Amino acid sequence: MRYALGKLVQLVVVLVIVTFLTFMLINLLPGGPEAAILGFGADDESIAQLQEDLSLNDPIPIRYARWLGDAVTGDLGQSYVNGSTVSELLGARLPVTLALMTYAMFLALLVAVPFGIATAWKADTRFDKITGTVSFALLSVPNFIMATLLVYLFAINQDWFPATVKEGDENLYTLFLPALSLALGQIAVFLRLLRTDMIATLQEDYIGVAKAKGMTNRRILFRHAFRPSSFSLLTVAGITIGNLIGGTVIIEQIFGINGIGKLIVFSIFQRDYLVVQGVVVVIAAGFVIINFAVDLLYALLDPRIRHARAIA
Amino acid sequence: MARKKVVLTSPTAAGDKLDGPLLEVEDLRTHFLTPAGTVRAVDGVSFTLARGETLGIVGESGSGKTVLSRSIMGLLPSRNVVRQGAIRYQGHSISDYSQEQMRSVWGTEMGMIFQDPMTSLNPVMKIGNQITESLRYHLDMDKGEARDTAIALLTSVGIPEPAQRFGEYPHQLSGGMRQRVMIAVSLACGPRLLFADEPTTALDVTVQAQILDLLHQQQRERHMAIILVTHDLGVVAGRTDHIAVMYAGKVVEKAPTSVLFSEMRMPYTEALLNSIPRLEDSSHTRLKIIGGRPPDLINPPTGCNFSPRCPYAQPRCFTDEPPLRPADTAGHEFACWYPVGTPEGTKALEDNVAAGVPAAVLATGGEPALADQGASA
Amino acid sequence: MPAPSPDPVDAPSLSERPGADLLTEAGGEIEFDAVTADVTADESRHQLEERKLGIGFWVATAWLVVLVLLAFLAPWLPFVQDPNEIDALALRQPVAWQDGGSWNGSASDTLHLLGGDDLGRDIFSRVIWGARVSLFVGVAAVALGFLIGGTIGLTAGYFRGQYEKIVMAAMDIMLAFPALILALAIVVFLSEPGSQEATLRTITLTLTILSIPALARITRASTLTFSQREFVQAARTLGARNGRILVREILPNVIPPMVSFSLIAVAIVIVAEGALSFLGLSVSAPTATWGNMINEGRTALEFAPHIALVPCAVMFLTLLSLNYVGDQLRRRFDVKEVRL
Ligand SMILES: Nc1ncnc2c1ncn2[C@@H]1O[C@H](COP(=O)(O)OP(=O)(O)OP(=O)(O)O)[C@@H](O)[C@H]1O
Ligand code: SF4
Ligand SMILES: [Mg+2]
Repeated sequence: MRYALGKLVQLVVVLVIVTFLTFMLINLLPGGPEAAILGFGADDESIAQLQEDLSLNDPIPIRYARWLGDAVTGDLGQSYVNGSTVSELLGARLPVTLALMTYAMFLALLVAVPFGIATAWKADTRFDKITGTVSFALLSVPNFIMATLLVYLFAINQDWFPATVKEGDENLYTLFLPALSLALGQIAVFLRLLRTDMIATLQEDYIGVAKAKGMTNRRILFRHAFRPSSFSLLTVAGITIGNLIGGTVIIEQIFGINGIGKLIVFSIFQRDYLVVQGVVVVIAAGFVIINFAVDLLYALLDPRIRHARAIA
Repeated sequence: MARKKVVLTSPTAAGDKLDGPLLEVEDLRTHFLTPAGTVRAVDGVSFTLARGETLGIVGESGSGKTVLSRSIMGLLPSRNVVRQGAIRYQGHSISDYSQEQMRSVWGTEMGMIFQDPMTSLNPVMKIGNQITESLRYHLDMDKGEARDTAIALLTSVGIPEPAQRFGEYPHQLSGGMRQRVMIAVSLACGPRLLFADEPTTALDVTVQAQILDLLHQQQRERHMAIILVTHDLGVVAGRTDHIAVMYAGKVVEKAPTSVLFSEMRMPYTEALLNSIPRLEDSSHTRLKIIGGRPPDLINPPTGCNFSPRCPYAQPRCFTDEPPLRPADTAGHEFACWYPVGTPEGTKALEDNVAAGVPAAVLATGGEPALADQGASA
Repeated sequence: MPAPSPDPVDAPSLSERPGADLLTEAGGEIEFDAVTADVTADESRHQLEERKLGIGFWVATAWLVVLVLLAFLAPWLPFVQDPNEIDALALRQPVAWQDGGSWNGSASDTLHLLGGDDLGRDIFSRVIWGARVSLFVGVAAVALGFLIGGTIGLTAGYFRGQYEKIVMAAMDIMLAFPALILALAIVVFLSEPGSQEATLRTITLTLTILSIPALARITRASTLTFSQREFVQAARTLGARNGRILVREILPNVIPPMVSFSLIAVAIVIVAEGALSFLGLSVSAPTATWGNMINEGRTALEFAPHIALVPCAVMFLTLLSLNYVGDQLRRRFDVKEVRL
């Protein structure tokens, strides 16, 4: 409990800093928030009006506090391009992106966990070496190359999957290629990590004990070795979500998926800064919160941490 | 998945020679193929063990004791390992068993306790589950039954408040308590043969005796045979029926315990005996340690393995390897050209002292300063 | 945080350290023994690795050297054409060895080794010119990142204490941003619509900032291991000043692992630059970058897949080489794997 509380304080501190930095971005913009909202080249009069309206002449901490207060209640400002609020835009776009990320994460784990366990079990065999080489190569394929390749192979050369995903038609089938593009690189990361940790765990005495008790290999691998080997996988999976968010920006662009990735790129080109700011804040906050959850989960999986932290 | 023991492969099945020895090991060799060469960790070991008896296996670190016990149990990794020789358990040649067949031996027929209780329990599994899983798997108990049995086991190994401990994790227990749990784990399915690989080395001196007594008590109650592995002759002195002394993968002396202590023939055994801490020494004085390092198992010395460090060594020792041969007392065997306590041996030692051979001076002089040098050399 | 698990290479499980339990009476000796045991284990492993620095390593190194030379010398090499010159006869022309390529009856007389793109520009030359951007950004950002992040990590790992805590917390907070999103944000908010050089500067700066936390962490980790070593402790006892110890004793030891990691870092930065230019946020068209070549090529994927796939392949091979060489060197220098 104390552990969770400590983490919570940490979470709040990080959130405040992250949001503050994002808030500051718009002030760093040449021309400041005025240009952000009105666009470059607005006349002096409307700028003065805006400064008046939004109290832009107040000191930055006060404006940050006000902005944060609004943000917490869901008011992230308004797009000056099409007038809809940032929250509306997010509400419409976020679900697809989340679905895509979850799908990718699921695919990655689905492949990486069994292969990670199997390669550790069969370490240094041909199977292990081939898997190792393939995953090393996968690590060097950026997701936009992966996506391009997959589209070429399975949407153009073979007509198995659609090359673009129409809005309202997002399902496990149409999202397969986008998710796979995101997942393949992660598979390599997860697999190598799990393999290393599993190999270390399989050297442990308690694995020998389990064997000497006559437990089956399957039980030893999954019941005894997997859990103690999964901690760093879990931590890295949490951090990976950051990569996935970045990846979706590109993948949504390639497959024409209407998620927040496409939203942010579109807004950038439209110089719709308030939307960019809003999306960045939500993404950063989401990322921080997910990693907080991972930390808690971590403690849940490892009784040693649970108790050590509880006492400390 | 078959949850019941496969009757055919079980060494307890009908046809057991219940009168024969429990375990016979014949010329067992276990070699590791490493990039640096072949490590002859166990190199031609033979012995027999009767039901309910205790065999002590003694030797320095690296002499192959752990490899020997794991090799007998078939617990070595299969890659890079060459195992030869015969192992018969109740008359069944288990050295030919597959992993699958061994699974019916592990846990129910043979159990093993490891050296370090801190690492031999799964840190993320509740203590109770670590005991009940083999009960449920091998003996087909249901959850409640297994729990009751596990708590009874925890009680019998002297764990206070067993019902509460059942749901705790290993890190919540002290080292001694963990070793007790480990004993409960390995005894759960009632093995007839228990390998205890330095079960007390990692523990406090006061706890060591308690654990050894516990093992002894369990052994009597269950009529179980124990192979007690240790580097400390003091540990095995009062608690074993037979002792085998190992050096560089070979048994160099073997005898009933009392005979070994009274009539030891092998200079190495003598050296080991001298390294037992005595009560009159304060706990901080350094033990007399055998000078020099254990031999290279990849390129063992020619002749007697012990010759580079032996106070008795004579030219012959450097060329001819002494075979294991019977001594006067029945059941006593040793491998040495110039045995301790014989005229040849005494003369060899005297000659060496006179010639100033370091090992001999060290062994007879026994001054702490010299012993220290030997230890850090 | 999970302790880094031992390298899978040193697998022997049963063997406790030889001699350890004979020395249990003397506390100090055990540690000494453990240290020497580790050193010998490391040495033998090194010897193994040394033998293993195989052909792959040299092929990858050769690829990188050739690419760097081509990119660097591009303006002066006769066979590298102007990347924006349009050869109307080479529209979507396939690679030279395919049907309709330069060696197989192409319409154009000019040699287009890797074919022509949608506008008839020479893909080979564009890939080389694209390499200039990628390599420049990658090397510049990592070099600057190491200068700043390395200094931070070095001092944090050496001086420890409150300073370390604060600095590393700041690094952690930077890492709390998803990298590409942060890059997008910085690029957008920093870039004034301006010249190509200005954009290049912004991109390099952005990626430098992004690389600082990771580089600082890694430098700190290896500084930590070295500042515990005997020779540093010895220098301290002898009264050497901190600055001297840092520069003379620690830095030379920290640099080799840093070098091997920097190759991997360059690969990461190249990917990031590729992503930005793929999105059209890096140096803009018509200047060739790998990212925008791939992006432009996608529209012709059906009829002239090579327009996108050639830069894909070149980029992949470059990243693979960087990662492979970096990884091999890392094993050589035996850097503890620093996770996260
Ligand atoms: N998997 C392996 N590969 C190569 N050599 C090994 C392996 N396992 C053990 N050895 C070697 O076999 C020899 C015997 O080791 P073993 O662990 O049996 O010694 P021990 O008598 O149990 O010593 P200790 O008292 O330290 O436990 C050692 O030299 C060890 O290095
Ligand atoms: S006396 Fe010779 S044979 Fe006997 S132990 Fe010593 S060296 Fe070996
Ligand atoms: Mg041992």
